[in-house]
Amino acid sequence: MTRTESHTMEEREPQTPPDFKTDLLALVPFLRAFARSLTGNYEAADDLVQETMVKAWQSRDTFEMGTNLKAWLFTILRNQFYSDRRRAWRQAPWDQDAAERMPGTSQDQNWAADLSDTTRALKLLPDEQREALILVGAGGFSYMDAAAIVKCNVGTVKSRVARARKALLAILDRQDSLPTRERPTEGEAARDIMAQLDRLAPPQQAEGAAKRRTKGRVD
Amino acid sequence: MSKEEEGTGGKSRAVRARQRAIGRELRRMYDGVVNEPVPDEFLDLLRRIDEADAEKKKPS
Repeated sequence: MTRTESHTMEEREPQTPPDFKTDLLALVPFLRAFARSLTGNYEAADDLVQETMVKAWQSRDTFEMGTNLKAWLFTILRNQFYSDRRRAWRQAPWDQDAAERMPGTSQDQNWAADLSDTTRALKLLPDEQREALILVGAGGFSYMDAAAIVKCNVGTVKSRVARARKALLAILDRQDSLPTRERPTEGEAARDIMAQLDRLAPPQQAEGAAKRRTKGRVD
Repeated sequence: MSKEEEGTGGKSRAVRARQRAIGRELRRMYDGVVNEPVPDEFLDLLRRIDEADAEKKKPS
């Protein structure tokens, strides 16, 4: 008796309003982006998203309709990420190899498909600064929503984002200022960084988002 | 250090331009993942948990 999934789907009554499932699926790309930024690793990120989906599904009754589902899911994902990491530390604190394979500590895999200088610099930020910057600077969350997701007050998020921006710039400046001829082994990497910065230099579109965030501070 | 000192007392135009460039780069990376096609496993997962749920609720 082979029981295919589609067969079972046809047979049973829908148990949940289809909206939740549809909405959840629609938000998967965003969950993947956030997870990738937290773990810095493609596979760990997708595992984390799947865990998040199961958790969200199990506790879907606690979600208040009409509130921000995306922020709710991001909160679950973030909680899951930190609790997985804590558990991994507790289980094998002596195992350096395991520690290096843990989500969030992988140094050899980047969270975007490309390894840009910004990606590398981002990895050097403390967790709380990186997540705040990603949520506000890339994810488009308001400071208030970001504060709810990371469970701190709005002022703290603002200062974390500001510190993250400053730190990123300082890291990139440091890389930028390495003279290539004095560091022959890193010549290629440095040229790569220079080329990336050149590409980034001409300001274009996306200014709208920056203006919204820094109301009145844009010249 | 010299670059940081330049930055104090009002951000220079260059610093702001670079901050904006970093912001664009962050959004580019994030949007890059958002725009990736979602692997089938996510749809499969939803279907599976949906089924498991139905199974549990079924009085049988």
